[in-house]
Amino acid sequence: MSGIKALGIDVGSTTVKIVGVDTEGKMCWHILEQAEPRVEDQVERFLDHTRQVVGTLDRIPLVATGYGRGLVEQATRSVTEITCHAKGVYREFGHGGTLVDIGGQDSKVIGISPEGKVLDFVMNDKCAAGTGRFLENTASRLKVPLDRMGDEALSVVEEVPISSTCTVFAESEVISLIAHGVPVASILRGLHRSLIKRTVAMIRTVGIVPPLMLSGGVVLNPAICRLLEEETGEKVVLPRYPQLMGAHGAALFALEILNDGSQVS
Amino acid sequence: MSVADTLRYHWNVNLLGRAALRWRRWQTELLAKTGSGWRSEILTPPLRISAWTKELVGRHYLQGNFAHLHDKVAWVTSGAPIEFLRALDFYVLYPENHGAICGAARVVVEIASEAENAGYSRDICSYARTDLGTLISGKTPVGKLPKPDLLLACTNICQTVLHWYRVLAHHFEVPLILIDTPFIYTQVSDHALTFVKQQLEEAIPMAEKVAGKSLDQRKLKQITRLSQMATYLWLELLERCKHRPTPISVFDQFTQMAPIVEMRGDAVTVDLYSAMLKEVNDRIAQGIGVVPNEKKRLLWDNLPIWYRMRYLAEFLGRHGIVITASTYTNAWGELADLINPEQPLVSASRTLIHTLLNRGAGDKLATMRRMIDEYNLDGVILHSDRSCKPYSIGQIDQRDRLIREYGVPALLLEADHNDPRSFSEEQVANRLDAFIEMLGV
Repeated sequence: MSGIKALGIDVGSTTVKIVGVDTEGKMCWHILEQAEPRVEDQVERFLDHTRQVVGTLDRIPLVATGYGRGLVEQATRSVTEITCHAKGVYREFGHGGTLVDIGGQDSKVIGISPEGKVLDFVMNDKCAAGTGRFLENTASRLKVPLDRMGDEALSVVEEVPISSTCTVFAESEVISLIAHGVPVASILRGLHRSLIKRTVAMIRTVGIVPPLMLSGGVVLNPAICRLLEEETGEKVVLPRYPQLMGAHGAALFALEILNDGSQVS
Repeated sequence: MSVADTLRYHWNVNLLGRAALRWRRWQTELLAKTGSGWRSEILTPPLRISAWTKELVGRHYLQGNFAHLHDKVAWVTSGAPIEFLRALDFYVLYPENHGAICGAARVVVEIASEAENAGYSRDICSYARTDLGTLISGKTPVGKLPKPDLLLACTNICQTVLHWYRVLAHHFEVPLILIDTPFIYTQVSDHALTFVKQQLEEAIPMAEKVAGKSLDQRKLKQITRLSQMATYLWLELLERCKHRPTPISVFDQFTQMAPIVEMRGDAVTVDLYSAMLKEVNDRIAQGIGVVPNEKKRLLWDNLPIWYRMRYLAEFLGRHGIVITASTYTNAWGELADLINPEQPLVSASRTLIHTLLNRGAGDKLATMRRMIDEYNLDGVILHSDRSCKPYSIGQIDQRDRLIREYGVPALLLEADHNDPRSFSEEQVANRLDAFIEMLGV
């Protein structure tokens, strides 16, 4: 594919994503894989794959983002996922607002100005509560596939409150609820509610400036969007590829480097 | 104290110790002159006078090592009135300052663990845990700490000191003077000032009894005068940072502040800060900044992260960012006008009650706003200090209002002033990187 002019790679804690953009900055190619322990090898494999697609990487700048961005030696530069997510989402929607990114092991809320600049941000990356790991941990205990969790949770009206915000203690609470014969779907709904309440607390710190935009792998779960709308009273909007917003933003920065060498703004 | 004790004290402190410390100072000054002792391509070398500050702090702790031969010893909280203790010839030790030394020397985990193993929770202030750890194990980078004859705690910095100093009083079986300072929500009342002054009046006979001598009012006035002079000089030094480029960063201020805390009222402290001011003036005249190509200037709120100062200074310096001012270092200078050497107790009551942490959160916000304007600052880093709850409470609202009402970017950085186990380097770096990008650097 010859349309790729710039690349962005997002080395997250759970998944690694690479996105190629064309001269207009439009996403035209991507790969997404689960993160492997040896990030450098995985990145090299991604780049080999990219070479097969574009021929040579000589004139294609690469910007790295995500927690592992420092490990991407091949990158022209690195930019934080905060700035990259804002860039990617702004490109997708063309307006500012409040972006909520719920990733595998962290979550963040970013205030974006009408011009696409980061105005403010908060992150939760010290505690698994409020991240994908919270659901993942309990999904395995409930023997429900991850991609079915949201639908299961939305299939019932009744929900049981999960009082533990801690992922580990929540798991113990779930075990206890199962032992008391509480239906799995009601537990799942309660778990989603717990995660969302945690996320809303972060959103309130930054302050909601509509619209509420979502990104990150976890938002593919339909219960997340529904409950977030319920809790905030705001309509939420989803990009076409929620998991690729960081990598897309990085690729857009790479395109700026290609075009005029301008700095990150 | 016998004649032999006095001789032993002077031999160890004023002859051997002083000579060794002076020798070390000369060596440091020589290295500074040749420029071979500084290993940072990012930051300007520290002030040459740092060698003198180090010597004075070293001498202070050396005196502590032999204090039992020569002086009565008082342990005090950082917000406590020390002028009357100094006038009664007490050797004054600040456990919080000792904690900071342990923090900078990166020995806190080892020492604080001793306290934690004895049952003190990790939720207690890391200064308190460091002090209690030293108490239990004797471990300290300063040789040893002298046992107190008297304890003086003032509630104007936090409530932890109430419990901490009760533990000390129980352990050492020595008298504890407690000065309670009513919190100022908006304005101080005459009644509150009288209440504090009366406590000081009651404290003096107790201290006199321990000291075995009467308070000399003339000496008290003289020490209060020296305190005021040092405080004014400290404030002047900080205000030099209004210049662009910033001649000394907040990290320099943190390392230079020990004398204004623990040697306030000493003539040598006045000499030190006078000389420091000259050197800073020289820097300004030569246009020397802490970081070459200064791009952005920030305000720091809360205590330093003692074990990571160089890391933070270089991290920011790499992007041309300097932390110019802080509410913390400012707190040791902002009350200079309230000191009145002619009325030492009235003056002490006023300064005690007006301490930054004894005033409402709105007052701190106003201080931050004033500093942002006066120092021409581009943003604020609020260190949410796990250990210092009184300083950290209100920071979320303060950050919010700085952003929304004042249009100043502000970052909340979670850490702890002394315990590196509460510092996550990866997360701190990520937040700082994102904040730097947000500032448009």
